[in-house]
Amino acid sequence: MGGEFVMLSLVPILIGVLAAIACALPGNFLVLRRQALIGDAISHVVLPGIVVGFLLSGTVSSWAMMAGAAGAAVVAVLLIELIRRLGRIEPGAAMGVAFTALFAFGVLLLEQSDTSSVHLDVQHALYGNLESLIWVEAKGWSSLFDPVALAGLPPELPRIAIVALLMLVFTVLFWRPLKISTFDEGFARVLGMRTNLIGFGLVIMAAIAAVAAFDAVGSIIVIAMFICPPAAARLMTNRLEAQVLWSVAFAVFSAVMGYVLAGYGPLWLGADDAVSAAGMIATVSGLVLALAALYGPHRRSSGSPAEG
Amino acid sequence: MIRALQTAMGRSPIGDPLDTLSDKPLAVRGLTVSYGDKPAVFSLDMTVEDGSMTAIIGPNGAGKSTTLKAVLGIVPRLSGVVSVFGQPLAKSRPRIAYVPQRASVDWDFPTRVIDVVLMGLSRELGLLRPVRESHRQRASDCLERVGMRDFAERQIGQLSGGQQQRVFLARALAQDADLYLLDEPFAGVDAATERAIIDVLKGLRSEGRTVVAVHHDLSTVRDYFDHVMMINVHKVAEGPVAEAFSEENLQRAYGGRLAANLMNQLQLGGH
Repeated sequence: MGGEFVMLSLVPILIGVLAAIACALPGNFLVLRRQALIGDAISHVVLPGIVVGFLLSGTVSSWAMMAGAAGAAVVAVLLIELIRRLGRIEPGAAMGVAFTALFAFGVLLLEQSDTSSVHLDVQHALYGNLESLIWVEAKGWSSLFDPVALAGLPPELPRIAIVALLMLVFTVLFWRPLKISTFDEGFARVLGMRTNLIGFGLVIMAAIAAVAAFDAVGSIIVIAMFICPPAAARLMTNRLEAQVLWSVAFAVFSAVMGYVLAGYGPLWLGADDAVSAAGMIATVSGLVLALAALYGPHRRSSGSPAEG
Repeated sequence: MIRALQTAMGRSPIGDPLDTLSDKPLAVRGLTVSYGDKPAVFSLDMTVEDGSMTAIIGPNGAGKSTTLKAVLGIVPRLSGVVSVFGQPLAKSRPRIAYVPQRASVDWDFPTRVIDVVLMGLSRELGLLRPVRESHRQRASDCLERVGMRDFAERQIGQLSGGQQQRVFLARALAQDADLYLLDEPFAGVDAATERAIIDVLKGLRSEGRTVVAVHHDLSTVRDYFDHVMMINVHKVAEGPVAEAFSEENLQRAYGGRLAANLMNQLQLGGH
């Protein structure tokens, strides 16, 4: 059991957990800023970026595609801002225009270019390939201390670990500016905070999380993890500090439960095949949100202050 | 680079001369702000006297809040120079406290009353310095001054409008500033809150601090304020209430029929 679990399931679970945390951390602020859809937008626009990265480098080198994805994310953020200002339309509509257009462009690009030889298609973009990220060199728990086996870890794991750590550092280091400028931007400006820079920094961080998570687990999880754990966490507490901790707990729970249910759930129900882990993780996070909405202790309707 | 950005955003370059008025708590020259093509504030001059309590009044859409926000760098200005205690905004920020309009924030934000007041100590706390008992005590004292100490642990969404306004004022008190700028502090609050707020503001004035408030209730201007700034995109009048708050000026600011109604209410004739 141990050896098989470490080889087949440990790495996908860890990657799922880290991707979920990396997205949920900035997601807390995006949801409070009513910008949650930006995660959706970014996870779509990385597709053309990845294709362009592939076309330019000619290989499936992860770094070239990551760079392309990051570039596309920045282009999308600027494009959304441009459409919003020039078109004078609300941010949600600007995001909708930008990400559908860029995603469509990505699909066209993908169809027209010769990517048949490599593992790069629309389905991969949506669901990722979590199940395939197995640790072939692992023989059991002891492999965690075996340098040779560790060298064979899928590169997605250290990459998403670094990004999750980056999100943690960003959240802790800029906690106060993020909190104050999210709550009261005018006041933050009077304190001398560069609120534009903080907002842009947050979106860039979200883009990095989205790109790294997309690489490993696909855009379904990215969208779900930006929104569901923070939104569910908000219903559990009235303090931002506690909300962020709850969101991390929900993200971890969704990733682990989703993976286990996807792998073993169908077998328990008598079906033969496992279902998509990414899809199941997103589903679990949605169920968590539904339960929080039904039973969470702080699910007052917003914007209606009590009289008194 | 930063300087260039600030200039691009309409902030005054460091060291702008503002002639002899430059040591006043607030001096504005030629302030113009526009949303889209339409100027919201046009070529406005304004001088706030030290230790005064000034009401900015004018009809809806006259640019009262916009003036305040442009002074504070919250909205960009097309032109104009602002000096606070003789210095550009970038250098005088620690001496300014600001109370935004209550409706400008989301009160469902997950935070408690005491945490909001602690935001007023941000300058001291910096990025990572931990909040100590002494900070909590100061925040709690500020809540006491607005009669809200018992609400420190409440979530801000559970407060009434008047209580929320008092929490915002407590946060400004925590900033321990010399110039207090308030945007409609009496809008939509109950009578008890209005009394509590005006008592605190008059207390600030008696300590030698300067108070400027965007104000909409003309019937209380005489009771609450000693100076008035009347605007309607342009400046209409400015000065001590006894002189500037006149029927003639109000008519110029508010125009025809509306002004006639106001006059009756205010019974300005006797003054």
